[in-house]
Amino acid sequence: MNKYLLIMLIATSSICLHATVTSAESAKDNYRTYCMQCHGMNADGLGVNIQDMSVQPRDHGDSKAMSTRTDTELFKAIKEGGLALSKSSLMPPWADILTDQEIHDLVKHLRKLCKCEYNSK
Amino acid sequence: MNSSMPMNVLKTLLWFIPIYVGLTISFSAHAGGIELLEKHACASCHALTGPAPTTLDQLWQRKGPDLFYAGNKYRQEWIEQWLQQPTRIRPAGMFYMNHITPGPKRNMVDESTLKQHIQLNQHDAKAIAETLANMKSHTALIQTEKHNGSISPGPLGEMMFDKIYGCMACHQIEPGFGGMSGPEVYTAGKRLKPEYMLSYIRNPQAWDPKIWMPNAHLPDNNKQKLVNYMIKLSKESFNE
Repeated sequence: MNKYLLIMLIATSSICLHATVTSAESAKDNYRTYCMQCHGMNADGLGVNIQDMSVQPRDHGDSKAMSTRTDTELFKAIKEGGLALSKSSLMPPWADILTDQEIHDLVKHLRKLCKCEYNSK
Repeated sequence: MNSSMPMNVLKTLLWFIPIYVGLTISFSAHAGGIELLEKHACASCHALTGPAPTTLDQLWQRKGPDLFYAGNKYRQEWIEQWLQQPTRIRPAGMFYMNHITPGPKRNMVDESTLKQHIQLNQHDAKAIAETLANMKSHTALIQTEKHNGSISPGPLGEMMFDKIYGCMACHQIEPGFGGMSGPEVYTAGKRLKPEYMLSYIRNPQAWDPKIWMPNAHLPDNNKQKLVNYMIKLSKESFNE
């Protein structure tokens, strides 16, 4: 009887876990889902949402502008939103959706898009 | 005395007739609604059982809103009316990336990829609305929310929506004005239950783990103002 009870408990827990656990995604897929709505399907800042925005989203292909940002700043902007860097609130905080590892991967993805690294000059 | 006994029994039984008829009608409408969900193939686009997508791949394939918690989310009278005269609520479809194309100034919605929702007659709309109202998988998420309609949004309501929290980036606050990747909010007040709006803003991922709406961590009072702002929007003239 106890054995059946244990099996039922495990089965119930599995269903509950299945309902809440989400898997880690690639930077490319996360960028497609969460970033392209504003930053555009070509990462050029021309997303479907921009028509009535008071501040236009960053063109991630703009290596000159992107190289003025450190990786730490990019990480913070994604995780905590634009306001954390005294930038626009239209860039929201993604901390509740993306893990730190996924955000680190996104920073690397941004560096690929801009074909640039941080340059202090 | 003896002759009045059958009369009393009869009177008692007569009381049960309306209850029985009422229950039968209610049950058959609900049962009919389930059959109608099958007849109209609602499950081909909507999830009638959970959970919500837990991977991006599942999220991208979703064709219509999940309905397994429709009774927690929608106002029943709105569903009944909308099913008879369906209009598009998400300007760029369910997942915007499936419906946009590059344009000269910005990515544009490719209207040819968007499908109209089927239109139902009054009988079917009423029966399905009643059935959906009973689908309440997420009652636990809204039962702690208390909507306070007396908190006026004032000018801060719009300011929060547009500037402070940037919600307008993804949502339209009037036809043709605002973002496209989220559902329009100028109809949200008549479409959604206020407790659902409060709970969804509190934690969108509790309802839909992979959804592209971020959590802005609003203080409770601001959440009330934002919800009351959306309810106010739903009463504006462009909704008539």
